[in-house]
This record gives sequence, structure tokens and C-alpha cells, in this order.
Amino acid sequence: MSPVGTQHYLVVAGLMFAFGALGVLWRRNALGVLLSVEVMLNAGNVALVAFARERGQVDGQALALFVMAVAAAEAAVGLALVVSVFRTRRTVNLDELGELRG
Amino acid sequence: METTAAAGAPVALNALWLIPALPLAGAAVNGLRALFVRWTPGSADHAHDHGASAGHGDQAHEHDHDHGPAGAWPAGWIATAFMLAAFGVAMWAFVTQLLPLHGAGLTTDPMPWIVAGNVEIHARLLLDPLSGLLALVVTGVGTLIHLYSVGYMAHDENRDRYFAYLNLFAAMMLILILGDSLPLLFVGWEGVGLCSYLLIGFWYTDEQKAIAGKKAFVVNRVGDLGFLLGMFLLFAAAPTQPSLTFSSLADVAHGHFSPILLTTACLLLFVGACGKSAQFPLYIWLPDAMAGPTPVSALIHAATMVTAGVYMIARLHFLFELAPIACAVIASVGAFTALFAATMGFVQNDVKKVLAYSTVSQLGFMVMAVGAAGTGYIAGVYHLTTHAFFKALLFLGSGSLIHAMHHALPADADPNDIRSMGGMRHKMPWTFRTFIVGWAAIAGFPFFSGFFSKDEVLASTLHSERLASTFTYLPQILFAAGVLAAACTAFYMTRLLILVFFGKPRMGAAAEPKVHESGWQMVVPMVVLAVLSALGGILWAPLFGWAPLEHFLAPVIMGQSGAFLAGVHSAPHFDWTPTILATAAFVAGTWLAHYLYIAHPEMPTRLAARRRGLYRMLWNKWFVDEAIEGIFVNPVRKISESVLWKGIDVGVIDGTVNGVGALAAKAGAAVGRLQTGLTQNYAVGITGGVAVLAVYVLARLYS
Repeated sequence: MSPVGTQHYLVVAGLMFAFGALGVLWRRNALGVLLSVEVMLNAGNVALVAFARERGQVDGQALALFVMAVAAAEAAVGLALVVSVFRTRRTVNLDELGELRG
Repeated sequence: METTAAAGAPVALNALWLIPALPLAGAAVNGLRALFVRWTPGSADHAHDHGASAGHGDQAHEHDHDHGPAGAWPAGWIATAFMLAAFGVAMWAFVTQLLPLHGAGLTTDPMPWIVAGNVEIHARLLLDPLSGLLALVVTGVGTLIHLYSVGYMAHDENRDRYFAYLNLFAAMMLILILGDSLPLLFVGWEGVGLCSYLLIGFWYTDEQKAIAGKKAFVVNRVGDLGFLLGMFLLFAAAPTQPSLTFSSLADVAHGHFSPILLTTACLLLFVGACGKSAQFPLYIWLPDAMAGPTPVSALIHAATMVTAGVYMIARLHFLFELAPIACAVIASVGAFTALFAATMGFVQNDVKKVLAYSTVSQLGFMVMAVGAAGTGYIAGVYHLTTHAFFKALLFLGSGSLIHAMHHALPADADPNDIRSMGGMRHKMPWTFRTFIVGWAAIAGFPFFSGFFSKDEVLASTLHSERLASTFTYLPQILFAAGVLAAACTAFYMTRLLILVFFGKPRMGAAAEPKVHESGWQMVVPMVVLAVLSALGGILWAPLFGWAPLEHFLAPVIMGQSGAFLAGVHSAPHFDWTPTILATAAFVAGTWLAHYLYIAHPEMPTRLAARRRGLYRMLWNKWFVDEAIEGIFVNPVRKISESVLWKGIDVGVIDGTVNGVGALAAKAGAAVGRLQTGLTQNYAVGITGGVAVLAVYVLARLYS
């Protein structure tokens, strides 16, 4: 049996990205959407690290660390927004937040 | 002078442009003033049928028409001066330049007008004996009527506009007459139609008058369509380089056009003549045109514009004479109109309406003459000239009567009604004297102008070989109709004369002392026209084989067509038959009128009661207006409403436009639902799009 290779990592990353995307598109809860976004970002990280290992360089790993930092910031801002929306609208159900409708 | 001598080449004289340009300048002066210098509402008196002043309560000063309201712009004098100048130029050109040429014409240098491809139409004026004679009539009679208008319109607040129109009319009429090609003639043709419309509806605040103007315009358009089609037909059929000048048409007339084409073109042109010269059934506008100021009726609807059709046929005689069927139709329509219109004059009570129907009738005589071809062209132009004199005179006389009656009668009474006149000969001696000359001329009293010209018309009809070639007895039939019409003319004119000037005054005791003779501006033109009406005929009388007018006009009529010479040569032997019969007709008509209206004044009413049906037919003018209304106007209106308006306009056009709009709105509403305002939905779209693109790109990469 062959050792775990880059392809395996990529499959995991793809699945993670797909599930994350589905979550972003279908979750009703704003918090759930934010979580799904994290999943998608981490799918990206997995792929980056996998390619870095494949090529024996550290660029990908460095980039993954950047992504984590940005994701942390994004989560902070996103959660703040959700809290703020909840305070004004008493809900975080996205179907009820249709303010952009023409 | 030998008639076969072809008219020589025309001599250049650019000063001819002055003749139409002078009245045009007058129109510009008064017209610009009318446009830019507003009258102040309420300051001047109101427009009335006689331009009379409601503000001048002092009736004793009524006929002091020297000037309008104090310090007013002398629009009338300016217009008259321009007309007089045009008359001067025309007279100068005629006497010093045209007469020495013995038949050739004067012409201006051609001015490029419509030049495109192989079409070269130049604007050029031509003064030959025919157009010269008419130019003198138009400017001469026109000047007199301008002068008369100065008095008649003295108190109308829109004098500037009136005189601008009147001058514009004269300019257009002169272009019509002097233009040397069909298109230039058509410019004048349309121009006089426009001015006629403007002047009939001059008092447009009165809806009836505005409607009369529109009617004249629309009926004339019907005729003009015929004229245009005829012109286009000639244009299309003419050989290379169609310029449509009369001389070029004359050159190609013989042999280049097929008989069918010529007949069609001539009949179409005649439709145009029917409109302008008020022939059956397009005469209906002319009686209504009496809504305009009376000098307008005299100038346009009696003396000049209505003769345009006759002039056009005389001018294009080289085409018409080659189309015998067209000639027969023209002469028949003319004879029928002469008789038909005369009968309608029997029962009219409006002095101007009587004269209007007599105009239609006299135009019928002219058209009959030009239809008869041969000497008929000369007879038609002859009658046209004398008619311009005596009919202008009669209209000016009627204007003078109306003017006087308007001041005498209460405001709501109709000043045109002859039933309220009577005994005017003592009240208005000059009007009476001149009117009786006009009466003698139109009725055919021996040795007055109308007597000679009507004789000529009847004689040339009777001897017309052109008509006889179509149908052997046609000349005799038309001649009989003409004589009968002459008798009718004598009858209704005598009736008018008796009812207006003789008997006891019927205007009422209150009005009677207020009737006055008109001012000198109105009397002088009437006197001049009376002299012309009396003597105008005898100068050209074809008595004893000596016919100066015929010799004068012959080069024009004959020089252009060799085929036609024979027809004229055989005619001049003098025949007493028409003279005797026409005189008999005059005596019979006059006697009958005398019998009915003087000897037995109660008879007309009894007759009307006894022959109720006939009287109603006459009173309603044979129901021609109603027939036209029923046959043409109403169906057109119905079709317009149900098909064109509600079907095509509302259904198809509005439907298409509104449908496109509705489609956009509906599509917008449908697509608008996609905008839910939920970012997730948008993200689905984006992701889906990316996925599809990714699949596509990958498929392309690995295929």
C-alpha cells in the first residue's frame, strides 16, 4: 500500500472546500455560514501545505500561516457583524435579512 | 399679319422679375410688420364682415375712410403702391417691349432651380401676348381692388395681415401666369390656393369662415392632385432631359406622346383646372369662399385665381388639342357647369352668393370655349378678360352695398341679404351706375364687353371642328346649353338688379336714412372697372371680320403647333347665329325677370309654393354638397374612424408600441424576481457559474 501522497491530501482539501461551499450557500444561520467559510479557507490551507511538501519548499506553509492569520481576523470581524445584526434585528437567520432586495 | 409665321425666339428681359417681385416685397413689408408689431388687444375695434368700426358710433362720419384709426400704419397704401408699381412695370414691358415684337415673347435668363442628374428645370419667366394680357389684367384689376380695400378694410385691426396676403396673392398669381414651365406654374398654382385659403378664413374667429377656408383648400387639393399626376405623367413620358417648359413640351407634343397618354394627362390636368376654375363637381368651394372679405371675392374668386384653370388649358393648348376626347369632356363639363350653376343663382338671397354662382357659370363658359379648341382658346381668354372686369366690378359693387347695409342695419341682421335691400339706386348713385354697367356686361346687353366675349365663346363652340370630330352634334348641343345658360344669366342678374336697386327700400325705417354711398377709394375703382366693362369688349370685338385680340393672341396659340393651324383658319367667317341667339337669350331672361319681379311681384312666391319640389332643389343647390358629403366625405370619415383610427392607429400602431413597452415591463417584472436580496442566492449563481466554467475549461483542456 502506497504511503499517503499529495493526491490524497488534495482529495481531502477538495472535499473540505466543497462541503464548506455548500455550507456557505445553504446554511440559514449566519454563524454556520461563517464556520463554513473557515472550512473553505482551511481546505485551501491543506492544499497549500500539500503542495509545499510535494515541492520540498516552505513557501506554501508560510502562505498557510498567513491565511490562518487573515482567517482569524475575518472571523473576528464576521462575528462582530453577526452580533451587531442580532442586536438590531433579533435574528441571525439569513432568509430574513433580505435588505438588498430591489 | 400672317398667322403661320411662327413666333420668333423670345427676347431676354430680366426686368420681368420685377413684376412678381414687387408685390412680394409689399407682402414682406406688411407681413413682417403683422408678425412682429403686435396690435394691442382691445384698443382697436373688432373685425367684422366689412372691416367696419363698431367704435365709430357717429354714423355720419362712417364713409370717411381715408385713414384707419389715427396714426395707423398705412398698410393699404403701401400694398397698393407696390401693386401699382407692378402694373407700371407690366404695362411698360407690354407696350414698349412686347408689342414691337409682333408675337414673340419676352423672357428672363434661366435661373437653375431643380438640377439633378439629367433633369434640368430652370425658373424662367415668359411674357408673351397671352401671359402679357393676363399680367395686365391681374396687376391692373389687382391695383384697383387694393385701392378699394384701403377703404373697405380701413377699420380692421388686422389690415397689415390682410394686405400682406393680398400682395402675396398677386405675386403668386403673377408667377402662375409668367412662369414658363409647368413646375413654376404649379408654384403659383399652389401659392394662390394658399392665399385663397388664408383670405377666405381671414376672419378666422368666426368658425363658419374658417371652415369655408378649409373647404376651399381641401377641394382645391383634390384638383391639385390631378394636376400633379398629369404633370408627372408628362414628365415621365417626355423624351430625354425633361424640363417641362411650355416650349419644350410643345416641341415634343406632336408624335412623342401616345394618344392614350395624352388624353390621360390632359384629363388629369383638367381635374386640376376643375378645382381652381370651379367646374362641376369641384365648384362647391367657390360659393362658400364668399365668407372672405368682399374685395377678396372680387380679386381672387372672380377675377384672377379662378381663371387659372382656363389659362392653364389655353397655355397648354398644344397638348389638349391633340386629345379630342379630353376636349369633348372639358367642353361638356364647362357647358354643364355654365347651365347648372346659373340655375342655382335663381333663388339665392345673398347678394354675394348670386355673384358666386354667376362666377361659376361664367367660368363654365370659358372652360367650354377652351374645350372647343380652335378659336375657342382666344374666346376663352377674351371672356376671361372681360369677366375679370365686370365680375370684379359687380363684386366691388356688392361690397359697397354690404358695407352700406352693415352700417345701417342692426348688428345681428345679415347685410348681404337682398331681401332687406331695395331702392338702393337713390341711396347709392355711383354704386348703382357702375353696377348697372356690370349687369349689362354680364347679362349680354349688346355692345357691352360681355356681349362680345360671350358671343365669341358661343360662336367658337358652335363651329368647333375639334368637338364635332368626337361627336357630330356635340357643338350644337353645347351651344344650346350655352345659350340657355346665357338666358339664365340674364334672368338672375336682372332679378338681383331689381331686388337690390329698384322698388321700395325694405331695410326698415330706422336703417333707411343711414345708408350712404361709399368713400372715394371704393367708388373710383368701381368707376374705372365700369369703363373697362363697358368698353373693354368693343376694343376687341370680332365685328365685321376684324378681330384685334385674335391677331394679337394668334402667334401664341398657333405658332406652337402646325397641326392646329387649319382649325383656326377656317373659323373666322363671321356668323350672326350666335349673336342673334345670345341677344334673344338676353332679352328673354331680362323680360322674364321683369315679368316676375316688377310686373307681377307676387308671382315668385306663388311659383315657389306651386313648384315646391323644384324650388327646394334649387334652394338646396341640387343637393350637390349633400351628395358629395354622402358619397365621398362620410365614407372617408367612417373608414378613417373605424379602420384607420380605431383599427390601424389604435390597434396596430399603438398596439405595437404599447406592446413593446408592456413586454419590457413584464420581462422586467419576471427577471426582477431573481433579485431576492439574499446574498446566498447570488452566491449560488456565482458558484454555479464558476463550476460550469471550470467544467468547460477542463473539458477543453483534456479533450
